Amino acid sequence: MKAIWLVELVALTLVPPLLVGVIRKTKALAAGRVGPSLWQLHRDLLKLARKELALSGTTTWVFVVAPAIALATALLGALLVPLGTLPAAIAFDGDFVLFAYVFALGRFFTAAAALDTGSPFEGMGASREVGFAWLTEPALFFGFLVLARLSGAASLDRMLRSTESSAWLERTAPLVLVAAGLFVVLLTECGRLPVDDPATHLELTMIHEVMILDHSGPLLALVEYAAALKLFVLSALLLHVVVPAAAFSGWSGFALFLGGLVAIAVAIGAVESTMARLRLLHVPTLLIAAALSSGFALLFLAGGAP
Amino acid sequence: MTSLLQSLVAALLLVNLVALGTSRIATVVRAVALQGVLLGVLAVAAHGGVTPRVVALAVASAFLKGWLIPVILFRALRQVGIRLEVEPSLGLLPSLLLGAFATVAAVAAGGRLPAAETRLAPLLIPASLATVASGFILLTTRRKAINQVLGYLVLENGIFIFGLLLVEAMPFLVEAGVLLDLFVGIFVLSIIIHHISREFATLDTRELSLLKE
Repeated sequence: MKAIWLVELVALTLVPPLLVGVIRKTKALAAGRVGPSLWQLHRDLLKLARKELALSGTTTWVFVVAPAIALATALLGALLVPLGTLPAAIAFDGDFVLFAYVFALGRFFTAAAALDTGSPFEGMGASREVGFAWLTEPALFFGFLVLARLSGAASLDRMLRSTESSAWLERTAPLVLVAAGLFVVLLTECGRLPVDDPATHLELTMIHEVMILDHSGPLLALVEYAAALKLFVLSALLLHVVVPAAAFSGWSGFALFLGGLVAIAVAIGAVESTMARLRLLHVPTLLIAAALSSGFALLFLAGGAP
Repeated sequence: MTSLLQSLVAALLLVNLVALGTSRIATVVRAVALQGVLLGVLAVAAHGGVTPRVVALAVASAFLKGWLIPVILFRALRQVGIRLEVEPSLGLLPSLLLGAFATVAAVAAGGRLPAAETRLAPLLIPASLATVASGFILLTTRRKAINQVLGYLVLENGIFIFGLLLVEAMPFLVEAGVLLDLFVGIFVLSIIIHHISREFATLDTRELSLLKE
């Protein structure tokens, strides 16, 4: 059993950039292009890691440390959620609060590094990133409350894994609502389309991309891998809400997990191909709608509807 | 079957949120069309068994609300050539929050209604009341006539959900008559919208509150 876990862990380190590759491929195919290879981000990361580091004269230690912290927090987040057949490495009561704020810590340092460069564009990106991020928290926490109430557990691992599939099926309405809320959270946190356009390079409209304009070489590789890892962790969380835990067992469960992640990436690519970016003023409306969706789920549970 | 029913009700509530929160008229039309199709599926799922009557009702509802009415509305939108933004008089966020408040109230009130005894009632009554309330908010807080048509459609969808509870008791003719009325209503409204925009060069209903010589 342990040997399987080891193989899976090694395999999973390669998956996050692959998900980004799947999103890009989906968008390219939808637009009638061939698109870059699925492994392009892996190659980019290797290339960046070998490159020289260029640091602006105005930056301080915060700028250098921030990408490492972003990666460390994303890794810690990955340890807190079950990954398919793998149980969460760290689990204790109330760890969902840690999960939410581990990502907040990573975001704080990314924003601090952006401010550290002294560039007004990056400051603007940091302000937007933080301004939208706090609005995702209600949706996330309402979702966790629903999961906690459904499973009767207070740790993420047991919330997502201990529920039997029959109970899961009887409570579809709250789960659908929570999944919708979490999908919007995923899109926002990972800087995907209705909120932030990862393909644009106009400083005035970017959020995540503008914050990392000054990063180069290995630092950029760290930031990019951390962003991909965050996408991977949140996708895994969403997948566990949608698919009952009983389905994830053995090698077929592992294959199902990978297939589910790819399906979520394709869904993100489909959203990005069909939607335009929302006006910045309308983004809070979207995020509050996501919070309301998760809130309705809680209402369904508390209201005792069957 | 319960899981399908629950997913459909959740999807209906999500569509209400989309209709209340989006800024583009075309998206609202698509949301209302999607709601019509969901209602068709819901009619079959709620009934439990597949009988010709229920299937006919579902297909008629999905065809009318999911295809024919959106086509008419898109045609009206093209003809009057207005800006494709919603421009509510209340603001998107307040109307969204009002809709959420109405949904909370609907769930709270749904349990207290004396009818709430059957298998479907606890799920369908809150969904129905919430959809009626969303339709009412759309109808009252939007300025353009075409948005008020959409609000009316959502309102009718809510009443349709309530009607599903009575699908065994209600004669097929009544449902078919309601659908026909709805169709004629939308048809007439789209003609009226065309005339309003020709007479007044605007669809803003605030302009219609004054009498002219």
